[in-house]
Amino acid sequence: MSTKALWTAVVACVAAFGIAACGSDDDGGSSASSGSGLNPPKLSVQKSVGQGEGQLNLIAWAGYAEDGSTDPKVDWVTPFEKQTGCQTNVKIGNTSDEMLTLMRTGRYDGVSASGDATLRLIAGGDVAPVNTALVPNYSGIWTGLKEKPWNSVDGQMYGIPHGYGANLLMSGTKAKGVGDSWDAVFDATKLAQNKGHVTAYDSPIYIADAAVYLKAHQPDLKIDNPYELDDKQFKAAVDLLKTQRKYIGEYWADYTKEQAAFANGNSTVGTTWQVIANLLEADKVKVKTVLPSEGSTGWSDTWMIAAKAQHPNCMYKWMNWITSPKVQAEVAEWFGEAPANRAACSHTAAKDHCKIFHEGDEPYFDRVSFWTTPIKDCGDDRGDKCADYSQWVQAWTDIKG
Amino acid sequence: MYLSRGTRWFLRIGTGVTLAFIYLPLIIIALYAFNSRRVQTWPIKGLTFDWFDKAFHNHGARDALLTSVKAGVGATALALLLGTLAATAVSRYRFFGRETISFLVILPIALPGIVTGMALNSTFTQVVKLDLTLFTVIVGHATFCIVVVYNNVVARLRRTARNFEEASADLGAHTWQTFRYVTFPQLRSAMIAGALLAFALSFDEVIVTTFTAGSTETLPIWILNNLSRPRNLPIVNVVAVISVLLSIIPVYFAQKLTADPVGSPGTVAAAP
Amino acid sequence: MGRRLADLLHGRKRLQLSLLLSGPLGWLGIAYLGSLAVLFVAAFWHLDEFSGKVVHDYGTSNFETLWNGDVYRTIVLRTVGIAAAVTVTDAILAFPIAFYMAKIATPRVRGLLVVAVLMPLWSSYLVKVYAWRTILNEDGILNWALDPFGMKGPGYGNVATWIVFSYLWLPYMILPIYAGLERIPNSLLDASGDLGADPGRTFRRVILPMAFPAVVAGSIFTFSLTLGDYITPNLVSSTQFIGNVVYANVGVANNLPLAAAFATVPVVVMIAYLLLARRLGAFEHL
Repeated sequence: MSTKALWTAVVACVAAFGIAACGSDDDGGSSASSGSGLNPPKLSVQKSVGQGEGQLNLIAWAGYAEDGSTDPKVDWVTPFEKQTGCQTNVKIGNTSDEMLTLMRTGRYDGVSASGDATLRLIAGGDVAPVNTALVPNYSGIWTGLKEKPWNSVDGQMYGIPHGYGANLLMSGTKAKGVGDSWDAVFDATKLAQNKGHVTAYDSPIYIADAAVYLKAHQPDLKIDNPYELDDKQFKAAVDLLKTQRKYIGEYWADYTKEQAAFANGNSTVGTTWQVIANLLEADKVKVKTVLPSEGSTGWSDTWMIAAKAQHPNCMYKWMNWITSPKVQAEVAEWFGEAPANRAACSHTAAKDHCKIFHEGDEPYFDRVSFWTTPIKDCGDDRGDKCADYSQWVQAWTDIKG
Repeated sequence: MYLSRGTRWFLRIGTGVTLAFIYLPLIIIALYAFNSRRVQTWPIKGLTFDWFDKAFHNHGARDALLTSVKAGVGATALALLLGTLAATAVSRYRFFGRETISFLVILPIALPGIVTGMALNSTFTQVVKLDLTLFTVIVGHATFCIVVVYNNVVARLRRTARNFEEASADLGAHTWQTFRYVTFPQLRSAMIAGALLAFALSFDEVIVTTFTAGSTETLPIWILNNLSRPRNLPIVNVVAVISVLLSIIPVYFAQKLTADPVGSPGTVAAAP
Repeated sequence: MGRRLADLLHGRKRLQLSLLLSGPLGWLGIAYLGSLAVLFVAAFWHLDEFSGKVVHDYGTSNFETLWNGDVYRTIVLRTVGIAAAVTVTDAILAFPIAFYMAKIATPRVRGLLVVAVLMPLWSSYLVKVYAWRTILNEDGILNWALDPFGMKGPGYGNVATWIVFSYLWLPYMILPIYAGLERIPNSLLDASGDLGADPGRTFRRVILPMAFPAVVAGSIFTFSLTLGDYITPNLVSSTQFIGNVVYANVGVANNLPLAAAFATVPVVVMIAYLLLARRLGAFEHL
């Protein structure tokens, strides 16, 4: 065969590849609607939990599934493995977007999803509805977390609540002019005092934090839900973040990045999770955390099971294990959040843990806007005028510059 | 060759500065391998040998190291095979599209890793519908390692006269015998040089690997995962120091084996 | 059996060639180019708004988004600019040591220097960047060293990425230049001196032109490695590079079509660069 023929064959095969890629359908367009409502695909619910399959692959937020590798004394995965025989592999996701992508690969059985990922996972058919009768510890979970807009559709639960908390404002000893207001990171005069040392969470969902600030400080924008922003409100939030950008030292998505930044003084003020503050204090770095007066964004995480989970029984066993009172207490104390299971409060080492984290405190959490996925449908009489998540993503690239 | 004293000193200083630039961060990494605190701040508050002990007993690190070695060996073997084949074809034959081959071969390494990674990932997951395992890692690595073997072998073949092969055939040896007794010995050092650099490239590659590894953990992936775990950062430093120290052995031997008066070992090509 | 196969191949140049080429060509031509084709095709798709899944409808919406957004232009310029700065810096840093190794060092010293230049390639890229984070940060080594002089380091940002990239890719520039300089016969340099040129002139008129293709060869690596990297900018800067946007869209926001569309920019740049490099003879010096 002549080389000319060989080259022709190569080109033909390359073209074939391209066409083959066209042909393979992700089954994408069929399930979700045009964007206004939520029409999850019909997936069946598991009827019973059988024998463990011997393995479990999880995606979790840092600090949710500790197996002793961070701190030998902090480990609730090994006891689980011993009890159920499900060897557990944990992949840490830094942002909800990352977790979404990881879930889409189909290689994981479950994920601890925050509200800004749950709905996308449900709509995309990546997670299956959960049969709560198969999770005995579900009954102990605070009713304030059950059948919420971010973890259920038409009364059907799509996961088991894990824990919840608020994003806080953290400041180091060298920070100037930090009180108990988000002014420190959004007001230009306050920002100038810490120029180059301000930090913010590196995810499009952070736009909601700007919206929370504007809700309190610019009431004429009439922002009610920081995740339902129409054009005017969205633009105001984006502009606020572009102003903030000028004073930002670095963004953080990876929690150890923020920890290191505060430890070596690169960052002195910014949004944080309690677990980061806890780790810094354990390393003798002095920081102050506060839930500002304007309120904050927060998260209420849900353990969800993959639609095509390879180890569904192990996943159900995990969901029951992680919501058992003793384990809930361990997780809540390590991470610094309120446990979902009320009975955990009597198991925490610090007797007032639940009080500090406002467990079951409805008025407190009314000031916290849990992460949820922005969609076009504003959910009120504005109709389909709100910015959806893909716009948030593009705006975020624009903001970071 | 005459060079003024001033020029010689300038060059000596330039060399020194460059070497200092190259090694200063490595020395700092080595220092932090002894850091008594977990967080990497300056100045270092105390020194300890603890991390070396923890690194040895960390089974994640050991498994990752083994996986990296396996991936490196696999990728190098494939790269050797395909690179030598392509180099032989280009050096010894004339055919349509000969110049394009060198372009094609360099493409995987010249295009950004993220593009190669995304492309291979799309193909694996959507077109071929293959699971991402050690095999896909090897495939990914081999793709950009081919060029280093190819370049070395091409350069060597350009230098070796064809007469030897023709003489061998005239003396009655058939194709395999000629290859085994005549061509291969001449190629050997070039192939070793290429193989060494290919292994190094594969061993430290992280971007393409991220896209093709799935849940496989090569050493760079393990390091990436552990840089995110506060307690393990010093262990990562220890691992880095150990891999540099261990690398002295193969690099030194390759240097010895392939030192010929004109060419240099381990470079991407031996000069003709 | 070996004998039979050898007899079969003997004289059949075309068959020999086909066997030789089928492996590499199949791999690179079909698998690799095919994968690139798949990626390029994906650039024309778009993302379903709510579920975030890829919809196989063809359109140029991604390219329009990229063209219309100022930020993308800024990012491309920033990335290409720094890649060029890194290339020039590395060329300047590499030349003295490469020349020393090629022309002045004794064979023993030369061998040691080659090993010295190669060894850093074996230490993890990630750990090196983390070390630079420690050096460059607020309470880091650089500021600590400059403090007595009342100066301050650049901190994180574009300057930091320039420094770190120059550091990371330096060995890839030193080696080709070294190989290229070695090829220049000493007699040529002697002749130049004999004809009355001082070292500066010899350098400009004889050495530089002859080493230039080698520099271009090295620059292929420094340029392309900078163009697609997202890890270093993420760690020592808060500004975005091409790699960051691509990675953010594919790995994080799961918007493969937009990522693929943006990824075509470095691909086009690199292919143009490669064609230029080939014209300048760099392929002989890789």
